[in-house]
Amino acid sequence: MNIEQTDFYTQVILSMAALVGLTSFLMLGQGRLLRLIFVFALQGLLLTLTTALAAYSLDNPHLYISAVLTLVLKVIFIPWMLRRQVLLMNMHRDIEALHNKTAVMLGGASLMVFSYYVLHPIVQTTSPVMLNALAVSLSVVLLGMLLMISHRQAVAHVVGFMSIENGLFFAAIVATKGMPMVVELGIAFDVLVAAVLFGIFFLHIRTSIDSLDVDLLNRLNEVDK
Amino acid sequence: MNWLIAILQTTLFVVLAPLLAGWLKWCKCHLQNRKAPSLLQPYRDLIKLTRKQPVVSKQASWLFVIAPYIIFSATVLAASVVPLIAVDLPTSASADVIVMVGFFAFARFFLALAGLDIGTAFGGMGSSREMTISSLAEPAMLMAVFTLTMTASTTNLSGAIAHVVNEGLVLRPSFVFALFALILVAIAETGRVPVDNPSTHLELTMIHEAMILEYSGRHLALIEWASQLKLMLYGVLIANIFFPWGIAETFTGEALGYGLLTIMGKLVLLAIFLAIAETLVAKMRLFRVQEFLSFAYLLGLLGMLSHIILEASR
Repeated sequence: MNIEQTDFYTQVILSMAALVGLTSFLMLGQGRLLRLIFVFALQGLLLTLTTALAAYSLDNPHLYISAVLTLVLKVIFIPWMLRRQVLLMNMHRDIEALHNKTAVMLGGASLMVFSYYVLHPIVQTTSPVMLNALAVSLSVVLLGMLLMISHRQAVAHVVGFMSIENGLFFAAIVATKGMPMVVELGIAFDVLVAAVLFGIFFLHIRTSIDSLDVDLLNRLNEVDK
Repeated sequence: MNWLIAILQTTLFVVLAPLLAGWLKWCKCHLQNRKAPSLLQPYRDLIKLTRKQPVVSKQASWLFVIAPYIIFSATVLAASVVPLIAVDLPTSASADVIVMVGFFAFARFFLALAGLDIGTAFGGMGSSREMTISSLAEPAMLMAVFTLTMTASTTNLSGAIAHVVNEGLVLRPSFVFALFALILVAIAETGRVPVDNPSTHLELTMIHEAMILEYSGRHLALIEWASQLKLMLYGVLIANIFFPWGIAETFTGEALGYGLLTIMGKLVLLAIFLAIAETLVAKMRLFRVQEFLSFAYLLGLLGMLSHIILEASR
């Protein structure tokens, strides 16, 4: 099926999927924490728009609630909290030197191809839109993991973790045409709790090693050398 | 008749290019709280330079004198390939997008040679930097343009643009990537702010200016004009590939006039965006340019991938 023959909703969803993928790539190559958090908020905004669009076109009002929840949590609250942490710990002027950025980016591109390869058998049983949306969200999940591997700051790890959750959420919205409300509320509160827990972890890591660079954790020892 | 319109279109390209540069400068000045020169200032500069006597060093070979003419004419030829106000013109039918990239490479080759020819340290440095950047920018540009040509299944720019117009509003994920890639490449190739600064002669940072440092008089005028033309060419490419609505498909006076109006409107908007971006972004270190361009390449690659994967028929 060619893209010209699909309806407008499908085209918009596909473009949104592409943009969500793009924000994941932007996060992967980002060395500055504040900009990383900004791009994360942008991805949340794209998710909100997708959810609202799905709510409108599927005529499914409870998706609006989930859109509002996404907006409040992922666009406003969590980025605000992370931003405050970064400003508090005075890390907003640091640029994290990424090891071999180009290789990481190309690795990201191959992860995207890989996720298509993995999901390709599904095309026999479902519509191409579903395949594409699922593939993009799988690659967002994998790129989130790559982000966590390649960055060293704990804040970047949290952003990576949250973007994994974004990928799953995107898959859920597009593939299931709206999950039950209970599930969505549960996920939203899980994310909230995770954010609060991460805040506490930051505090502990910082008091024990005086930095949020997790590479320094390797130096911790049970015995004094 | 068709040839007449083709010649008219190329003339419009050549004549309007300094105006676009003037408008860009005007926007930038106002954004930076400076008093702006008149919109016609680039024309006045060109006229002034043409009247002055060019000074050529004794050591310069014939290459140095002939290079500005070659650069200018190659850029004009490249401009004749790109549809400005109408598609389906005979000039654009005779050459495709790869030829256009070839014309750019040809002009750049002679510019780099002219920079080396005079034997100053700056010229050689500028040439070496320019070649480094262009060798990274060219694959990214071709990747972005191939996304379009694969969608339209032709490498002819005019045919591809006509295909996009006739298809109506179809949102394509691949075009989003290709658009961003082409914008990044255009910034690098035309020497705008994060990569090069066209309004400075600071020796550590200049690229394009370093190569043309020894030029004066009408030679300098031709090179300046060619680089303004190149800026407009990239602007028209971005505007007409991704937002081609309004371009004339028939050769009536009405359609052509409408085409001219819409492309001017699009270029005015694009220049405003460029001016805002240049005001907000600081120039990056030379050694970070390859990261910038490899990101552009990555975007082009993703555009291609998402075209094959998301949009191709199964």
